[in-house]
Amino acid sequence: MTAMTLLSFNLPIAALLPFVGAIFAAWASKINRLASAWVAALVTILALAFLAPSMAMVFAGETLIQSWTWMPAIGLEFAFRFDGLALLFALLILVIGLLVIIYARYYLSKKDSMGRFFAYLLMFMGSMLGIVLSENLIQMVVFWELTSLTSFLLISYWQHRQDARAGARMALVITGGGGLALLAGVLLLGHVVGSYNLTDVLAAGELIRGHDLYLPILVLILLGVFTKSAQFPFHFWLPHAMAAPTPVSAYLHSATMVKAGIFLLARFFPVLSGTPEWTWLVGGAGLITFLLGAYFALFQHDIKGLLAYSTISHLGLITLLFGFGTQLAAVAAIFHIINHATFKASLFMVAGIIDHETGTRDMRRLNGLFKYMPHTAILAMIAAAAMAGVPLLNGFLSKEMFFDQALTASGGSVWAWAIPILVVFAAVFSVAYSLRFIHDVFFNGEPVNLPKTPHEPPRFMKIPVDLLVIICLAVGMIPMFTVAPILAVAVAGTLQTTPPEYSLAIWHGFNLPLLMSFIALALGVLVYIMRKRLFEWHESSMARWDARIIFNAVLGAVGTFANSTTRSFDKGSLQNATIWVLTTALLAGFIGFTSVSAPLFGDRALLPVDGVSVLAAVILMVASVLTVAWHRKRLIALVMLGVVGLIISLMFVKFSAPDLALTQLSVEIVTVILLLLALYFLPQTTPKETSDLRVSRDIVIALLSGVGVTLLTMAVLTRDFAPISEFFLLNSVPGGGGTNVVNVILVDFRGTDTLGEIAVLALAGLGIYAMLQGMKLHAPDQDSVGRVWNSDLHPEIMQTLTRLLLPLMLMIAIYIFLRGHNLPGGGFIAGLIAAVALIVQYLSNGIAWTNDRLKFDMHWVIGFGLLIATATGLVAMGLGYPFMTTAFTYLNWPVVGKFEVASAIAFDLGVFLVVVGATVMSLVELGKLSDQSHQAQPNLNNSTQSTSALKSQQEAN
Amino acid sequence: MEWLISIAIGVLTATGVYLTLRARTFPVVLGLTLLAYAVNIFLFAMGRLTVGLPAVIDKTAQAAQYSDPLPQALVLTAIVIAFGMTAFLIVLALKARGELGNDHVDGLDVDAENNSNKEVK
Repeated sequence: MTAMTLLSFNLPIAALLPFVGAIFAAWASKINRLASAWVAALVTILALAFLAPSMAMVFAGETLIQSWTWMPAIGLEFAFRFDGLALLFALLILVIGLLVIIYARYYLSKKDSMGRFFAYLLMFMGSMLGIVLSENLIQMVVFWELTSLTSFLLISYWQHRQDARAGARMALVITGGGGLALLAGVLLLGHVVGSYNLTDVLAAGELIRGHDLYLPILVLILLGVFTKSAQFPFHFWLPHAMAAPTPVSAYLHSATMVKAGIFLLARFFPVLSGTPEWTWLVGGAGLITFLLGAYFALFQHDIKGLLAYSTISHLGLITLLFGFGTQLAAVAAIFHIINHATFKASLFMVAGIIDHETGTRDMRRLNGLFKYMPHTAILAMIAAAAMAGVPLLNGFLSKEMFFDQALTASGGSVWAWAIPILVVFAAVFSVAYSLRFIHDVFFNGEPVNLPKTPHEPPRFMKIPVDLLVIICLAVGMIPMFTVAPILAVAVAGTLQTTPPEYSLAIWHGFNLPLLMSFIALALGVLVYIMRKRLFEWHESSMARWDARIIFNAVLGAVGTFANSTTRSFDKGSLQNATIWVLTTALLAGFIGFTSVSAPLFGDRALLPVDGVSVLAAVILMVASVLTVAWHRKRLIALVMLGVVGLIISLMFVKFSAPDLALTQLSVEIVTVILLLLALYFLPQTTPKETSDLRVSRDIVIALLSGVGVTLLTMAVLTRDFAPISEFFLLNSVPGGGGTNVVNVILVDFRGTDTLGEIAVLALAGLGIYAMLQGMKLHAPDQDSVGRVWNSDLHPEIMQTLTRLLLPLMLMIAIYIFLRGHNLPGGGFIAGLIAAVALIVQYLSNGIAWTNDRLKFDMHWVIGFGLLIATATGLVAMGLGYPFMTTAFTYLNWPVVGKFEVASAIAFDLGVFLVVVGATVMSLVELGKLSDQSHQAQPNLNNSTQSTSALKSQQEAN
Repeated sequence: MEWLISIAIGVLTATGVYLTLRARTFPVVLGLTLLAYAVNIFLFAMGRLTVGLPAVIDKTAQAAQYSDPLPQALVLTAIVIAFGMTAFLIVLALKARGELGNDHVDGLDVDAENNSNKEVK
């Protein structure tokens, strides 16, 4: 194996190469319109080249598997497989893909973006290769869904067209939904087998068929197959996908997209087939689709519509063959996959040429094109004859095998005698629509009102069709020298055993299948001759049957249901939504209380009550009730809120939480200043509620919440508990180097949490900055009772005092910061104190004056803070420790004493900077707003005057 | 003492909830601030109430008991985050007032709407 290094990794490269190539294809279109086509072709050839070395192994009967561990815990491997079946499909995908790329290069007009087209096409190609080359089933489902997504992009390539968007959406809903069913089926399959590897699954056929879950697995996987391969009743998306550019149709509906479902049928054939359920489901869907497609194809007036229904019909034929369940039927199915891919791709390309050169695809207007484009006409005739099953062409051979299998199956059960008759009936229509495609378009009089004068297309647009038609002929006439080897390995890869004996001879003597072929040909011509009457009958009876109506109705109903459900909860009103949240919480609380049998309160000893505490608690409660009672007078309500906050900080002091007391105190100050600033721009009073009912309802909800929370708190506080804080208390000094456990937790033990929290704070500050940019608010020049605001914005006593206080306050902030690791304090509290110190300057001196002297941009402060905090963590990582590991040592500083230097202090510095930055920025931005509103009114323009006056005064000093 | 704290939390919750359900932005912001107080004290109380215990590790004489540092650390950041949220909300309220011309939480001037409804009736 050492010599064949390429063979140990070439499969994933081939499958993933198109995805990488897509980027280059998109990029290349910027250099040159045609460059992306070249890139796409090159990538396809490269992928073929990567696969080529493995092909010899497959032809020698080996199966190549390349796998890498991915997520072993859930049995996921990144694994690829190359056997006969994968080889056949990979060749179809890449070779027809290459032809489509050449064709599309001439098909797309100057208005169409080449880069986008070829990028999508390559991504789709990669997804298809991923499906056929996957060894791991989950990985295969991922690629399967990728084909749904990329085909969505391809079908909706002409985004400006409504039908393209609708068709693409329908295809995505149907095939993507089927993909979900497939995922469920594959998960069940993996559960039954105990492995997601195809090798294991293929070896466990007996186990799966005998398992209780066999039927669910089968149904789910078949849902995936039928939706993808447009089998009844999911066939209707395919005709609507014809809104795609024709190269896309030629690719998706001949060799790839719809064949993915067929591929899966072939893949699981040895595992799932051979049961009555398989025969009925697969055979039934196949037969109905075969008939339905053939019938409707005849009545389409759009060439591509005809080809679309014909594709559905042929897919039904292949599915029916797999449904027969015999090995020979599988051989015929594989053979027909190859033949259908060649003749259908060429026919779609012809349809594209006709559309391209005449400007229409309507067969009622397209007539007598033979004399304008004889070369194209001859190609179309050969391909259509192959589709009809005319002898000496490839379609004839596989159709003969199909008839033979239909006859064999007719002995199966009571009603099975009908199968050959129904099959011939569908074949009659196949002949009729093939004939229509030729006669109606290339003969049958003169063209009607064509937008363009038709002529032969560019030479290179025909070359792909030439090649495909030559394949049709070669396979039809000398099958043993052309298709036989690849068919043999593909069959071996499908059946996973030695293939049965079959004959590819073009002449088997006069037998029943040959008779059926001739009946079909003769009756087909007859049906076509009688088409006028048939068309009239069809228009009057069957034409209105369109599955799209049901699809749209179902989709509409789902949308309406979702909307009405949402509307019943969310009426666009915040109050309404809040009520829902609160009642749900109350209900959950009620269920919680009532579902526990233990007594409500425990028996933990309670703390004694003292007079001061009672007094504080009463003030707290009265203040909070007054906040509500006076909430319409907003300023007073705010003052009351401040009282509540101050009492809470006293409470923290009482209950041994000095850090919290300090934080609460400083936050309270900042909050009140902030709300005051904002209140300046809001109405000073709240209007009376409109409905008394609402008020009483809200009171009930509020009281229930309050009682619930009280009981819950009491239930907890009366019970003992085992805290996990023991660890922090024990490790704070030896592990974190600080005696203030709260601070050590913040900057060390739970440093990553704190990093997240300061990031939130930073974002809040930046969000406020962003919201206030360019906002103009009208500020009132008088208060709620009509008193004019004091025009002296910056009283001198306050100015003098605050300037004196600034260095002191900053000193305190630094002191609190430095001692934080060992005594109450730290980055958060110090940051708030420093912020208050700065904000007081802004308040007393005005923003302009302060900004002149304080030249820090708070954005930078926030940014540096986050950077320092993160870098502290990253340094630890760089040294090989986990993120946020800290180190510390002690230094002896004169005066200050023994001083600890820990990397945690750098982190705390980051916290400090973010808190200062975010807080100051929020308040100053708000303040600027009021500054602007004053400057907008000339008679109140005192701030600048007083500022400049102060400046000159200072300079004089 | 536990009853005192529990009832205080209850009163803060009830007043907070009532204000949160008001129709104008400023009372809602006040209500959320009150609710934030309630939540913070509730979280803090989960470490049980302790009076007069050291909060900082005493290296010289190992104290037998300390106040629970974990809820304190949680609440400390919660207080700062609550401030951030309040600031953001109040500016959002200002922005809404600037853009929509009223301070109703749904951005609709209910009074004007009611008047038009009456006219229809």
